[in-house]
Amino acid sequence: MSPDPRKTFRLDGREIPFREGQSVFDAAMAAGVYIPHLCHNPDFEPHSSCRLCTVIVNGRPFASCTQPAVAGQDVKSDTPELNEMRRSLTEMLLVEGNHYCPACEKSGSCRLQATAYALGLQDTHFPQFFPHRDVDASHPDIILDRDRCILCGLCVRISRTVDRKNVFAMTGRGIATTIVVDSPSGLLADSRVSRDDESVKHCPVGALMMKGEAFKIPIGERPYDKALISEDSVAQFQAREAAAHG
Amino acid sequence: MTHVLETAAHPRALRRVAIEPLTRVEGHGKVTILLDEQHRVHQARLHIVEFRGFEKFIQGRPYWEVPVLVQRLCGICPVSHHLAAGKAVDMLVGARQLTPSAEKLRRLLHKGQLLQSHALHFFHLASPDLLFGFEAEPERRNIIGVIGEHPELAVRGVKLRKFGQEVIRAVAGKRIHGTACVPGGMNKPLAAADRDALRGEVAQIVRWSQEAVRTCRDLLDASPHAPIFGVFPSNFLSLIRPDGALDFYDGGLRARSASGELIFDHVDYTHYNRFIHEEVKSWSYMKFPFIINLGDEDGWYRVGPLARLNNCDALDTVFAEHERQLFRQAANGGMQHATLAYHWARMIEMLHAAEGIERLLDDPEILGTDLVTRGERAFEGVGVIEAPRGTLFHHYRVDENDVVVRANLIVSTTNNNQAMNEAVRQVAASYLDGQQLTEGLLNHIEVAVRAFDPCLSCATHALGRMPLRVELVDADGVVVDRLVKGSDGRCTRDDAV
Repeated sequence: MSPDPRKTFRLDGREIPFREGQSVFDAAMAAGVYIPHLCHNPDFEPHSSCRLCTVIVNGRPFASCTQPAVAGQDVKSDTPELNEMRRSLTEMLLVEGNHYCPACEKSGSCRLQATAYALGLQDTHFPQFFPHRDVDASHPDIILDRDRCILCGLCVRISRTVDRKNVFAMTGRGIATTIVVDSPSGLLADSRVSRDDESVKHCPVGALMMKGEAFKIPIGERPYDKALISEDSVAQFQAREAAAHG
Repeated sequence: MTHVLETAAHPRALRRVAIEPLTRVEGHGKVTILLDEQHRVHQARLHIVEFRGFEKFIQGRPYWEVPVLVQRLCGICPVSHHLAAGKAVDMLVGARQLTPSAEKLRRLLHKGQLLQSHALHFFHLASPDLLFGFEAEPERRNIIGVIGEHPELAVRGVKLRKFGQEVIRAVAGKRIHGTACVPGGMNKPLAAADRDALRGEVAQIVRWSQEAVRTCRDLLDASPHAPIFGVFPSNFLSLIRPDGALDFYDGGLRARSASGELIFDHVDYTHYNRFIHEEVKSWSYMKFPFIINLGDEDGWYRVGPLARLNNCDALDTVFAEHERQLFRQAANGGMQHATLAYHWARMIEMLHAAEGIERLLDDPEILGTDLVTRGERAFEGVGVIEAPRGTLFHHYRVDENDVVVRANLIVSTTNNNQAMNEAVRQVAASYLDGQQLTEGLLNHIEVAVRAFDPCLSCATHALGRMPLRVELVDADGVVVDRLVKGSDGRCTRDDAV
């Protein structure tokens, strides 16, 4: 079903059409307007945890991935204040974990790295936490590198709702929150996860990776070598919309 | 064989100079010289604080990260670490023999690295000393001086290096810190367009490299220092091909004595630790490798261009082999022991690399797409190559989960540690004994260290900017003279002394 041209909201001064039930985020992306995001993957239910996609709706902040589009709304996204907030959030994510881009196999395909570039990060600004986090390489096909986890919860949601295995969960509170594996030993090798699971295919940062794939894509051919994340995300979203709704 | 000036007979009578640990990237070096009342040299030491921690912090990481991670050791020759680690990781996945195209791509990458590194060192860093003299005024004795007075030479150095960097980019995707090696092979074939572009330039690069050898030789012939400067006997270590020819990428280990006799030959490098151990000395953060059979006193050795040309029986490219023969004839067929001969050997190797690149670019297999192979899984891998500065060892052990549990790296500069100290002592004894320190003297010491092209990255790779402090300490432990060269390259005397 195409958007009803009579139903629009205003995003940064531009009229955005939307379908009934669509979120502000989805309508904006379908119209070609990029809103930075990390925890949201349009193929799965939104979560609104990273808050990077926060926009101002009629003067109040909302996560655009879960905020329903309503006709006549006035939405602001690409503003200096919001972009500064997004930069700060991204900086905090970068210092909270151990993100060593120069040697990371996800580099060039990493949404955190690409988003940081898109937001114009010049450095991580805050002091590094250098936390100690365990790497779980026990599974023959999959590696869980908690150093890179940004706690977006995608693997938790997908394992629960799509794979229906509940392999992953969050434990702890606040800064001590970490991802855990449902198995007697707490290790991936003893869990029900398998290489075909959707939950291990959509990690935005390389915390969950398939073994044996590292650096196979040469420099110059990685997704964000070829396009900015803003262009890539919008193009992928629009292709998905076209396939689903014509 | 260790020089008597390493440790003074009564060092307790002398005041020990304390230094702060500085990383190798920072490029800080320090020379201490202990004198008696007559200002005779009793002790001379080059202190290099090399504390990078890579061997420790790659523990716990999956092995496939290692070639990309460890290349961050260096911004000058990252390809060397990438390749050495890549070879070690090949062993882990059982790829003892790569596909022909993968191996040729690695060799091409390596030769590009050698060419750019050697060009950088000779034209940008070493040539000012040789062109203007060791004691020329510092304002002139630098790359800007070379550009001003020898612009063709300077531009040629830039273009030679640029070509080497382009070879690296074509194979690894970036000029610095690219990705190429994956376990068991390479991650992309060479694009035909890149091959053709490089082919269009390589003949000129070979010609310029030939001329660079001649230029270097002429400069050394004209230098009053060349025959006597930092000349000392040592053993030599390098990789060698089964037929005795030089091989930068693979082969067995060969060691020769100072007189040229074989100490060991065609040793499987995966067994390197049966032949080489490392000694720790209290006054340096860098270890001192030595050949076990000879012991730590006599077993130290030189690596790098001088060692390679002394060790090998031939080079398998025409022009470079001709130059190698001239090189050996200059030592009457024996071993070249002059520190400054490193420069000559380095330029011959640059020519050898250029000719090797030309040959690889003409090989149809260089465009091949069968690039990865696998075999029986192993839990220990050793990779050894001849990096621009010498033999480079990478050794890893992984657990059943593919995670690195132990790592040992012996980098080229570490192999040359004792030799660099010997060179400093020779120069100190020959030029400093009983003298008052001058900037020119300071540069003599720097010239000796620089000839090895040590990977103190910022130090020797920023000509004239190597932060260095030379102190004269008399037998009562009193510092009688101190010269300090700051990171801005300015040399000042400490008047408080």
